[in-house]
Amino acid sequence: MKRAGFTTTWLPILLLLPQLSIIAIFFYWPAAHALHSSFYLQDPFGFGSTFVGLDNYSDLLGNTEYRRIAWFTVIFTVLVTFLSLSLALLLAVKADKVIRGARSYRTLLMWVYAVAPPVAGFIGLIMFNQSWGPLTRLIESFGHEFLLGVNYNDTAFAMVLVSVWKQVPVNFIFFLSGLQSIPKSVREAALIDNPSASGRFWDVIFPLLAPTGFFLLIINITYALFDTFGVVDTLVKGEPGNNPMTLVYKVYVDGFRGNDLGGSSAQSVVLMVLVLALTVFQFRLVERRIHYT
Amino acid sequence: MTRLTLATAAAASLLSSAAFAETEITWWHAMGGALGETVNQIATDFNASQDEYKITPVFKGTYEETLTAGIAAFRAGEQPNIMQVFDAGAATVIGAKGATVPVQDLLEDNGIAFNIEDYISGVRYFYADSDGKMIGMPFNSSSPVMYYNVDALEKAGVTPPKTWEEFQSVTAPALKEAGYTALSQSHLPWIFTENFMSRHNLPFATNNNGYDGTDTKILVNNDAIKAHFTAVTEWQKDGYFEWFGTGWGDNQTPFEEGKVAIWLGSSGSFGGLSKKDLPFKFSATYLPYWEAVTKEPKQTFIGGAALFAMAGKSAEENKATAAFFKFLTSPETQYYWHKETGYVPITEAAYELAKKDGHYDRMPAAEIGIKQLSLPAGENTKGYRMGFYVQIRDVMNREYGRILTGETSVEDAFKKIEEESNQLLARFGKTQS
Repeated sequence: MKRAGFTTTWLPILLLLPQLSIIAIFFYWPAAHALHSSFYLQDPFGFGSTFVGLDNYSDLLGNTEYRRIAWFTVIFTVLVTFLSLSLALLLAVKADKVIRGARSYRTLLMWVYAVAPPVAGFIGLIMFNQSWGPLTRLIESFGHEFLLGVNYNDTAFAMVLVSVWKQVPVNFIFFLSGLQSIPKSVREAALIDNPSASGRFWDVIFPLLAPTGFFLLIINITYALFDTFGVVDTLVKGEPGNNPMTLVYKVYVDGFRGNDLGGSSAQSVVLMVLVLALTVFQFRLVERRIHYT
Repeated sequence: MTRLTLATAAAASLLSSAAFAETEITWWHAMGGALGETVNQIATDFNASQDEYKITPVFKGTYEETLTAGIAAFRAGEQPNIMQVFDAGAATVIGAKGATVPVQDLLEDNGIAFNIEDYISGVRYFYADSDGKMIGMPFNSSSPVMYYNVDALEKAGVTPPKTWEEFQSVTAPALKEAGYTALSQSHLPWIFTENFMSRHNLPFATNNNGYDGTDTKILVNNDAIKAHFTAVTEWQKDGYFEWFGTGWGDNQTPFEEGKVAIWLGSSGSFGGLSKKDLPFKFSATYLPYWEAVTKEPKQTFIGGAALFAMAGKSAEENKATAAFFKFLTSPETQYYWHKETGYVPITEAAYELAKKDGHYDRMPAAEIGIKQLSLPAGENTKGYRMGFYVQIRDVMNREYGRILTGETSVEDAFKKIEEESNQLLARFGKTQS
């Protein structure tokens, strides 16, 4: 049979054009602009501008605070990704076993998905309110005075907790559908071979879930790096002070609040490179070990 | 016949549209909540006071967001006629010559008399250039003042402290005895840094506090302020002072709840506090000073924000903007604004009107802000002008937070603030070529 194809070259180009122009306008053009600005120091209003070469980058890398923020971002991303994936997997495995009322149970677990990040952050603010927050009280009963916005580690804890809480339902939905697509025959065969439930999970179920898990890993890393902006912004109430923040939030603080266009452009370029490296790493090293069916 | 009617109708409509050709101008501001309603009322009153011009106020979010939105709009050629810019953004907007029309020129070009001496002394030069020409029209001007819980101080048997020496040796121990945390404050860079400098008449930056050039260095790493912060950490240890985070409200709430007896906030907080129906009587007085540093405390800087007339507008629209500024600075409008919000009236005439009307007999505490701004001036009290100042404040907030959570020492923190601020100032200098 002959392969289906286009007879002219302009038709596929024409069909691709909308997509390509969206990418060009909303990604390549701003990215090129950011790269260009990162070599300049310019007056916010656009009057004066000085070419400074790589100064913005060297200022950035020489700044101990920036390195501290980068380090926090790494820890934050690892924690949020790991915790939201593992909690979601645990919940999905348990939900998969529920027979009575399964549907309502699942729906309840997915609810939080509908909460927008700033709203999630706001709920966090209420739960951790310094004088009457229920979670502040709870932690106090364990003998720790929890001070959101005052103590660096406490604020970091709240950021991780709220971000994980917000992300678990997404992962849960994917893991659950992943589990339900595993054929019953495979599970039954495994049951004959291995009487231990945890053994069956790690030897059979987990590898079969790997494609879903890999996809979620990427989604979660991106989430922790970028989409937690709203959570961070709400929890620090727009005033970072001595609180921890992520690299993306730092771009906002310097660029949008402080109007340092050159410096924040350099920061965005650093982030772009980071994401690029991460993507290459994931696809080259991790995906090779994963088998899609 | 029909033709005649049509022609008449056309002529009539032409006439009427000429009569109603209002010049429309826009005003971007950062006044939310009750303040925003007062802003809208002022705009409505202006529109009702004449039929040539129409102003539309638009709320653009926080001060930072308003400035950023204004800059983005300017670069796209879509700037509003009037933009509100806060104290920390002054260097950015004034540095960009060509972005704004100096308010003094705007008024004079449109035949409106302008005399800087009409303005109260504390607000005259903060938004002026180094020659003393007023660039931005001070709008919501405030100054940090000391609010105190009258009941708490009575219970402890003390009077509001005049000096920090009195606070630490008399006021605070008595208040602690009476079961209160003596002190909290809402903005460490503004109250304990910028206004610490003006209150004690200490230079804040080289180049005449930054007014005379962009190769400015910050002078924040000095013994007086380091001694102050060392004292603050000791008060914190002794239970005289508590810090609830960088946010403004987090530090104000404990005062409103009656846990903290003395709170350093803005004179502009007065309106809000009086409307809140607090469970105790409160009053306000001057910001304390260190007698060890100066025997003659000076006036403080204005905080809040100013209105800037954006460049690139038609002469017609500029005329409308000038007319609005005239309306805004009239004693009646200023008094209304002052009475509603607690921000200080910016002209002597408005201040006189408030006095004559008996506003301060009814509420003596409402006068503290303006009285403090009218205290004797010193060579370091007219203001400061530093670029990337929003980030410099962020650096201060970060280091102060670390001092108060025991993460760093006062000495290291100020060294770091000085170093990072000077880097930021040098970077800003390069943007101004």
